[in-house]
Amino acid sequence: MLLEAKNIKFGYNKSRLILNGVNFGIDYGERVALIGPSGCGKSTLSQILAGYLKPQAGEVLFDSKPLPRKEFCPVQMVYQHPEKAVNPRWKLRSTLAEAWTPDAEFLDDMGIAPEWLDRYPAELSGGEMQRFCVARALAPQTKFIIADEMSTMLDVITQAQIWELMLRQIQQRNIGLLAVTHSMELAERVCTRIVRFEELT
Amino acid sequence: MSKRALTFTGLNARSRMIIYISVAVVYLACVFVWGTLLDPSAYAVRFADKFIPPSAGHIFGTDFMGRDMFFRCVRGLSNSLVIGLAASLISSVIALVFGISSAVIGGKFDKAVLMCVDCCMGLPHLVLLILISFMLGRGAKGVMLGVAFTHWPELTRLVRAEVLQLRSSQYVRASYKMGKSRMYVAMRHIFPHVIPVYLVGIVLLFPHAIMHESAVTFLGFGLPAETPAIGVILSEAMRHIATGKWWLALFPGLMLIAAVLLFDVIGENLKRLLNPSSAQE
Repeated sequence: MLLEAKNIKFGYNKSRLILNGVNFGIDYGERVALIGPSGCGKSTLSQILAGYLKPQAGEVLFDSKPLPRKEFCPVQMVYQHPEKAVNPRWKLRSTLAEAWTPDAEFLDDMGIAPEWLDRYPAELSGGEMQRFCVARALAPQTKFIIADEMSTMLDVITQAQIWELMLRQIQQRNIGLLAVTHSMELAERVCTRIVRFEELT
Repeated sequence: MSKRALTFTGLNARSRMIIYISVAVVYLACVFVWGTLLDPSAYAVRFADKFIPPSAGHIFGTDFMGRDMFFRCVRGLSNSLVIGLAASLISSVIALVFGISSAVIGGKFDKAVLMCVDCCMGLPHLVLLILISFMLGRGAKGVMLGVAFTHWPELTRLVRAEVLQLRSSQYVRASYKMGKSRMYVAMRHIFPHVIPVYLVGIVLLFPHAIMHESAVTFLGFGLPAETPAIGVILSEAMRHIATGKWWLALFPGLMLIAAVLLFDVIGENLKRLLNPSSAQE
């Protein structure tokens, strides 16, 4: 298993567990979609898988090892709201440089115009900013990407563009993917396996 | 905002804000420097000239000892500025330390800090201020520390809220996941966000500090009567206002209000300039 969650228990308050003994694994070369109704705990699970939240019980293994805590995490997340995921006081060049410094060819592949690099987040549209978030997550050390409803806020054309860019990179570099989404159509298009959240517990 | 912007042609809101700020700063700096360097003989006692109404020789008139009120006011205001500046600096440092540490450490420490904040905010400032000033033996030191120890809670709450919000923001958490250290995150992400709040906080603290300093002095718990200070001048004026010596209270009062309002202008404009959501107006 590439990324594995073993018997995860988690709740935001002590009396009510949202995840009660979740077992979940994603194999090498798989692209998995996680589908479920709003508020069921999909985002919570993806944050646990990316190491953002610590589960109350159970463990997350990447390549059979726990996720590193101090260095660059091989599991990176792309969020639903790109404007919250970048520092509003930084130019996009610095935001990107926080993870890595991509070359011009990569930026061109991602559909990022060179002049956007010297703008602030407020001067870009949501779709433009989401490209930066995807580009940032695709650093050389990244081995796995969790996309938490990353295209929900975008219009259909931009959604298609961003997913196409993402898929091209992922397939080229053999990166794993977990896509959290509400859309069955998207899941069928993008992923090799679809998991319903209810099946996990 | 936009309606007013149209009335000044050629200047956008941003340049006007900068002009407001510069004018206010220059005025206050002039009063401060002039007052500090002023020769005490300018407001010396001259019993021959007592109770002269405002005239060309003494534009603010003279008081019951024949002292020139204009120079006394300038000197008094510059004293108030020094005390206000020192008090705001002390209390803003307290606020910064408590605000950041209570957000970062959290738990019981956070609760304790919040309790202190509520305690200080629940009591009327003036009562606490008089108590502290009295306990420290009045004088400049008493007033300064009194003002400093009563004005930190608001800023503490602001700084704490700012840091808390930032700490849980996605880009800070993403930064940790990109292998950045706590130090890096604190210096690059958190500090630049807190600084504007802090600066504006100091500037807006300033008028409070000056007002409270004058109030305490006016009530007789602050600066000694021989120091030229706006509070002292006003409390002396109270004794003569009933006999028609209106200029003794009016001009010093106006100067105090002008200084306080100007600090408010600086603070409010600075807030708008430094806040990314309004900086582009």
